[in-house]
Amino acid sequence: MTDAFLTNLAFYVISFCVIAGGIFVVSSRNLFHSAVFLVFTLFSVAGIFVMLSAYLLAAIQVLVYVGAVAMLMIFGVMLTTQLSNVRIRYMNEQVWPALLICAGFLALLVYGLTDTPFATGNVAAPVEGAKAIGTLLMTKYVLPFEMVSVLLLAALVGAIVIAKKD
Amino acid sequence: MSVILGSFLVSEYAAVAVFLLVGTGIVLFTFGLAKVIRPSNPTPIKLETYECGETPYGTAEIQYNVRFYIYALLFVIFDVEAIFLFPWALVYRSLGLFAFVEMFIFIAMLVFGLFYAWKKGVLKWV
Repeated sequence: MTDAFLTNLAFYVISFCVIAGGIFVVSSRNLFHSAVFLVFTLFSVAGIFVMLSAYLLAAIQVLVYVGAVAMLMIFGVMLTTQLSNVRIRYMNEQVWPALLICAGFLALLVYGLTDTPFATGNVAAPVEGAKAIGTLLMTKYVLPFEMVSVLLLAALVGAIVIAKKD
Repeated sequence: MSVILGSFLVSEYAAVAVFLLVGTGIVLFTFGLAKVIRPSNPTPIKLETYECGETPYGTAEIQYNVRFYIYALLFVIFDVEAIFLFPWALVYRSLGLFAFVEMFIFIAMLVFGLFYAWKKGVLKWV
């Protein structure tokens, strides 16, 4: 039970969770089940980020995607009349165009992955990643940082204006 | 692969993995054990959904009040705001007053939004 073996095992288990969860999302006949499996898949992706030492990204993945985006989807399903009862068909009627697009996308991915020179040496992971981001946000990128709050404010006001018509 | 991935054992997240495994294992073990040793003698009343002693009626799949959605939207905004607090908190000590003022402006901007929501009566449950 070496370190490398455990690392590989963890990677394969997490990858299995991501892929299996994704398959359940698209093949489940109940929309609510799909939404719950989406939470599982997004949470597993956070595990991948942890394995890449991207801890801040993992935290963002859990807080924003698992916490907020997936919740919005579950709310969307629960708020829609009769949607959760519907047994959806998961066979696409346009199988051939879909297959063509998927094959093209796969070819693009394979081309990109084989063409990219990945660093394979003993690269030290940036442990202080979150600190570096914090320092950059507070010094070099202070204007974009403050713009984010303006953007969030605009989103907040926009959401209220759309949701409350009266 | 183990070269590019972070070392698993030294990472503090190994504890998270152990926690997940033990947590799932305990639930599976206790429920499995209970299924093995309990007598199975179901009646229609026993199989009813437990709803705090009330007699359940209808299905669980109903349409929820659309009013919940605006709270969900507000939550998303402040969730994204909270994300920016984490890297800020890590470097706050070394950057001092400047970082404090920046974050103050950042949060004040969103407090305006909260005031707007409040004035618009979004926070009130009608």
